[in-house]
Amino acid sequence: MAATEKPPVTGSGSVALDGLLTWVDQRFPLISTWKAHLAEYYAPKNFNFWYYFGSLAMLVLAIQIVTGIFLTMHYKPDANLAFASVEYIMREVPGGWIIRYMHSTGASAFFICVYLHMFRALLYGSHRSPRELMWIFGVLIYLCLMAEAFFGYLLPWGQMSYWGAQVIINLFSAIPLIGPDLSLWIRGDYVISDATLNRFFAMHVIAIPLVLLGLVMAHLLALHEVGSNNPDGIEINKHKDANGVPLDGIPFHPYYTVKDILGVVVFMIVFVIIVFFAPEMGGYFLEYNNFVPADPLQTPAHIAPVWYFTPYYSILRAVPPLFNSQFPGVVAMGVSVMVLFVLPWLDRGAVKSIRYRGTHFKGALAAFVIVFLVLGYLGTEPITVWGQFGAWLDNADRATVAARICTLIYFLFFILMPWYTKVDKTKPEPERVTH
Amino acid sequence: MKKLIGIMLLAIGSPAVLLGSPAVLFVSPAAMASEGSVRLDAAPIDQTDVVSLQSGARTFANYCLNCHSASLMRWNRLMELGLSESQIKDNLMFSGDKVGELMSVAMARKDAQQWFGAAAPDLSVIARARGADWLYSYLRGFYRDPARPTGWNNAVFENVGMPNPMWQLQGERVRVEQIAKGDDGTDKKDAHGAAAKSVKYELVKPGGLTPVQYDETVRDLVNFLVYMGEPAATSRKQIGIIVLLFLLALWPLAYLLKREFWKDVH
Repeated sequence: MAATEKPPVTGSGSVALDGLLTWVDQRFPLISTWKAHLAEYYAPKNFNFWYYFGSLAMLVLAIQIVTGIFLTMHYKPDANLAFASVEYIMREVPGGWIIRYMHSTGASAFFICVYLHMFRALLYGSHRSPRELMWIFGVLIYLCLMAEAFFGYLLPWGQMSYWGAQVIINLFSAIPLIGPDLSLWIRGDYVISDATLNRFFAMHVIAIPLVLLGLVMAHLLALHEVGSNNPDGIEINKHKDANGVPLDGIPFHPYYTVKDILGVVVFMIVFVIIVFFAPEMGGYFLEYNNFVPADPLQTPAHIAPVWYFTPYYSILRAVPPLFNSQFPGVVAMGVSVMVLFVLPWLDRGAVKSIRYRGTHFKGALAAFVIVFLVLGYLGTEPITVWGQFGAWLDNADRATVAARICTLIYFLFFILMPWYTKVDKTKPEPERVTH
Repeated sequence: MKKLIGIMLLAIGSPAVLLGSPAVLFVSPAAMASEGSVRLDAAPIDQTDVVSLQSGARTFANYCLNCHSASLMRWNRLMELGLSESQIKDNLMFSGDKVGELMSVAMARKDAQQWFGAAAPDLSVIARARGADWLYSYLRGFYRDPARPTGWNNAVFENVGMPNPMWQLQGERVRVEQIAKGDDGTDKKDAHGAAAKSVKYELVKPGGLTPVQYDETVRDLVNFLVYMGEPAATSRKQIGIIVLLFLLALWPLAYLLKREFWKDVH
């Protein structure tokens, strides 16, 4: 359609504004985009608590980008200056500590939102047909987030930054044949050094965020193509009125925009409590040892990644080495994340939502949540945290044995999924959504 | 997990606690694994006690800054503690530095390495790395040990390179190991059947301060170190209260807005 053939915009309440919007709309898909993604994007009316975390994750992304820009203005990506420049932000830059604490708390908040958002998908089958591609974009976002967090964590150049990065980069050197060269290539030096810090800075502030934003866009476009799932796991598009509007759908704007504002306020209350009253979160959000400048000559007694990586770190530690190589653990850790990509095809359940699933799936999901949390906890502690078994078990560390059992259950959740979802005794789904 | 839940509760409870005493908010980091499982004494610090902070600043300038730097801290930031520029210059600064400069140290790293085996760490954020309780216990934990090159050892940080910097105040203590006696007067055995030992420290040469006065001096010093670790901490909590009150006021409005829009959704 030629630009001038588009009907003029009316109804803004002001003739001048109508004129301006018409001018823009004839040159840019303003009204159609607004309608397609907000005013006439119909979302199921029965979203519950779990449906806040997608928009909250976007909010945190915005917080991270804005605070990140301001941090970049004062931070120095130089091994000799980095640690002091962070403290410079904390002490000398007006409002610097708010920006920095928002960014450090935002990192953890991002993972909290994303973990809850992913769990929601598991609860209600949001990853299943026709939303597989949206799920895959989501897993890619999660991978980007992990990379972003990993690169960012080196930047304060504290002891945990340094030795945490050391542990992770060493994982790559466990890969047969190419490992040592690969880790050298990642570091850009024989040890973690200024060269590593500089490239991590580049990855953290530009490369990964660019990819992340693109993926978020793809995730949303895919969502708006197929429509949102809901707590009943049924398609609202099956029942439409004469105008083609789903009977159980409501326009995203204004209904979910005002609802999300409420979610945002509640989230901000929690966020602000952490930022202003407990920014270290007892060492879980900001590790105490990271207030010691990086020292390549002094290995800390206990190296623990930040909490959001600890389930995978536990899996890495739990898998016994083979022929003196950590490679099996590295593979297990990699697979434990990558398996998420095939989740839509592992699930053979007759229904999507946990509301209508049988005991098999409910039990498996409960077990999965428990082992994920236990693995996460164990990853924050040294393997000696629960003491040792007696001689009957070679004095094995209790925590290691527990982590091995949990790792096994973690993988069984996925491996057995095609079976237990198929044989599960499901309840019939309703025709229309329920509250 | 218990710890994590505790922290969550603490975070949620903080604003309420804050109206009482801000000092309660300092979560003590667990003792560093490398220094073993020595029981730490709780540091009775109070970030609102300006007199204590000033006294700590004086002790810090007199006893710590000769070897340790605090190179992330500016001298004139101490004006926050109610000191004037001239007071800072006359009472705390010994070198000809300007009051706007950082708390640097004259001792060269190389010399320190040679004298003590390690360069003295910068103390700007030491309280955030170690925690107040650790510092409080450590600075009161020195004792005489002829086996050590400096003649000093520490109950909290075994074989530490630093000799007791405040020995003139604390005096000299020695470590005394005793076979512990059980309730019936016989020697107590530990879990492995070896004789259980109890350790105590005896003051063999009194210093310029009584033990109670010394504890107070260290308390003030640790109070200051905690302040220096994050000078903005006190105003952080004050601003936090305002931000929180704003959000709490916004909450019912957001709720009413949502309810109004959703009236027709059934």
